[in-house]
Amino acid sequence: MSMPFYVSPEQIMKDRADYARKGIARGRSVVTLQYSDGILFVAENPSRALHKISEIYDRIGFAAVGKYSEFENLRVAGVRHADLRGYSYHRGDVTGRALANLYAQTLGTIFTTMDKPYEVEMVVAEVGATSTDDQIYRLTFDGSVADEHGFVAMGGSAEGVSRALGQTWRAGLSLANALDIAVTALSTDHAETGKYPSDMLEVGILDRHRDVRKFRRLAGSEVAELLAK
Amino acid sequence: MSLPLGQGVEQLFALDQGSFYEFLKSQGKPAAFAASLTAIELVHGTTIVAATCQGGVVMAGDRRATMGNLIASREIEKVFPADAQSCIGVAGTAGLAIELVRLFQVELEHYEKIEGTPLSIDGKANRLSAFLRDNLQLSMAGLAVVPLFAGIDQSTGLGRIFSYDATGGKYEEFDFHAIGSGYMFAKGSLKKLYSPQMTSQQVARVVIEALFDAADDDSATSGPDLARGIFPVVAIVDAQGYRRLSDEELRPIVESVLAARQIRPNGPHAHLESNES
Repeated sequence: MSMPFYVSPEQIMKDRADYARKGIARGRSVVTLQYSDGILFVAENPSRALHKISEIYDRIGFAAVGKYSEFENLRVAGVRHADLRGYSYHRGDVTGRALANLYAQTLGTIFTTMDKPYEVEMVVAEVGATSTDDQIYRLTFDGSVADEHGFVAMGGSAEGVSRALGQTWRAGLSLANALDIAVTALSTDHAETGKYPSDMLEVGILDRHRDVRKFRRLAGSEVAELLAK
Repeated sequence: MSLPLGQGVEQLFALDQGSFYEFLKSQGKPAAFAASLTAIELVHGTTIVAATCQGGVVMAGDRRATMGNLIASREIEKVFPADAQSCIGVAGTAGLAIELVRLFQVELEHYEKIEGTPLSIDGKANRLSAFLRDNLQLSMAGLAVVPLFAGIDQSTGLGRIFSYDATGGKYEEFDFHAIGSGYMFAKGSLKKLYSPQMTSQQVARVVIEALFDAADDDSATSGPDLARGIFPVVAIVDAQGYRRLSDEELRPIVESVLAARQIRPNGPHAHLESNES
């Protein structure tokens, strides 16, 4: 009987983390940022059907990068979790925090016990009555959760996008301004082609002034109109 | 797929798609409206009417709930949005009916979020059938729930109406329909007053007349209560989506119906056409 080589747990975890990071960096970036009336999600996404941004529940939105089949799986589970809670208790009892916890535990378990970690990074955002009540949770492949403020960039060249947003983002932006700086930041690694055309963008908002279901997807024409302002 | 997660969490990741109701059943949690009840005094209703109009459909319901010979509520609501493009009105055992509506609303929203597109109107109507069929045993025990479903067909832009029986049978209705204890009086009234070319505002007037006629002859249906400012629920579904008329919008219509009834208590005269004239 042959003895397997000994690999230290540190090495196993490091290999898994490297694997997941590489997978996530291959895709394109998604940004989530606060603006005066809510939370804006912008993704570079040429597909009209395979969404990276989605509604989970009344006040809760979702954005993800990485492997589509994996984050789609998590998204569906999130919608089920939220709808079940809202049906069992009350719509107001569905919170972003509970969902972020569910995702963190799931991702953590998958990272440590399955052959391959999920190559995903996600944001769960909950819009509040005012911008100080907004919550943005960033979840990484190993199940860590971070409570973010202002803006988050994930996937692709997230660092560059994040740096660009760090220079331009400020509290109380209008939707048009927020969209503009988000698209400018996303375009940083595409300097030769200039800004992204609006048909390459997937844009969604959680608008705190809407009734009940705050999430809304912005159509391509609406995005182009806002960017022209 | 199977993930190494705790019971309950794993169910969230099951591959079965789209239906919240199937998910609920897979969790071993029967929908609340399939609970067993043996109470004798139960809250009942109702008259619900629906009629198509130009580019949409109008649904209205009175506000009375009865318990035996008593009035259990004079401001209960029995017409609800099912989603942004459809509405549902319910007659029958109130507790179960309202639970049915709640479950149906979640079902439609759940599908829309998971699939990224709303169900077709026929799909929605069929889901409601399935819910009712699962409630058959309770219906046989006298706890029937009968809904009326209406909405916009996104493919044609026209309003459509579906009625149901307690076994889950689904029947598409054309022009107008009524359900509940006062349905025959309301339907008789609609027959005389309705015409398919009417606008939503005209149909809103017609359905209020129909509810008035139902209340006139059915003790379980209430008429408009001007003293308390309680009016029927009137909802319009058209290209702009679901909209419930506010009390401010309803008051002038109700007042004009009541004023006309003071002169002619049985309502407007149907115009008799004769071939000779």
